[in-house]
Amino acid sequence: MSKNENHPATAHSVRGYLIVYVALIVGTILTVWASFIHFPSREINIVVALVIAGTKGSLVAAYFMHLISERKMIYSVLSCTAIFFTGLMALTLWALHDFPSLTVTH
Amino acid sequence: MDIPYTVELRPDTGLYNAKVGIWLFLASEVMLFGALFSAYILLRVGAPEGYWPHGWLNVPLGTANTLVLITSSITTVLAWVSLKANQFGRFKLFHAITLLCALVFVGIKSFEYHDKFVHYEFTLKNGKFADGHMVENKLKQDGNSFTGYAVIRGHVVEDERELYDLNAHKAPAHEDIRIDGAQIAKMGNYGPWHNTYTAIYFTLTGLHALHVIGGAIVIGFLWGPGSKLWETDPERFTNRIEISGLFWHFVDLIWIFLFPVLYLL
Repeated sequence: MSKNENHPATAHSVRGYLIVYVALIVGTILTVWASFIHFPSREINIVVALVIAGTKGSLVAAYFMHLISERKMIYSVLSCTAIFFTGLMALTLWALHDFPSLTVTH
Repeated sequence: MDIPYTVELRPDTGLYNAKVGIWLFLASEVMLFGALFSAYILLRVGAPEGYWPHGWLNVPLGTANTLVLITSSITTVLAWVSLKANQFGRFKLFHAITLLCALVFVGIKSFEYHDKFVHYEFTLKNGKFADGHMVENKLKQDGNSFTGYAVIRGHVVEDERELYDLNAHKAPAHEDIRIDGAQIAKMGNYGPWHNTYTAIYFTLTGLHALHVIGGAIVIGFLWGPGSKLWETDPERFTNRIEISGLFWHFVDLIWIFLFPVLYLL
């Protein structure tokens, strides 16, 4: 069997991967830096950290895992995952405000 | 009998089978970690005021581990690109770096775990709390009473909440403190049993570390004995590297969320 045919986009894609790598490093430094800023409330710190983490996660998924150019089948699988994950988090948030009667809260 | 669609694309999905398989597996992994993140949210929000820890973990070590995993992700994808370009030597080099990164990550994590297991909190009979790393442990426990003594490197506080938010309460300089058994009402290290924070911390990071070790074993096999497949069926071998890489990137992606949630917030 022959070896892989040379990928025409190899050099181009390596450059793209390196750009994403640098972005992830910068994102990490930004996350640590932002955590030491005293925003008016801790909730803002949480939102900022999660937005940066979400951006970094999207870069990994889109470029390193090639989700930016995948087949429809993969998107279908992940759409189901997204629906169930959103449902899970919605149930979690709902549970935060739905205590059984006589629950002792702090 | 040959396994179908290991290289050629299946007409209905447009993919080789292993790729569909790994994405289905990763979808289940999202739900597994999602459930644990959900548990984390509930535990954190349910913690009494002032009793959710801040600043308990070593941020420089956590940052270093994040950078190590990100580096392993780029070397993983470059290993795959190298095979696409028929550069087997470069593939070996990049994946050797990936394995080295996995080793460094687990090494740093082990150091952090060890630090928690030698870190003790003592509830003293005078109502104060002694906290620090064990230097010498000559204590013997008989039921609820202690005999002997322990020496810790740490400090003593009046209010236990001072031990929780280390960002707000700057700990005084640590010094060696001798604690006699007769002074101790309760003691315990910072293992998973210490409180809900350490329980969810060890569960999340422990499960993640198992994924790192599992991924490293697979990548190590493909780097070593498994790489013989390159000589006979290079396209199939390249696909295997892509599949193991997808798992590795997922492990990196999970850590990207674990790091700020556990170390910084």
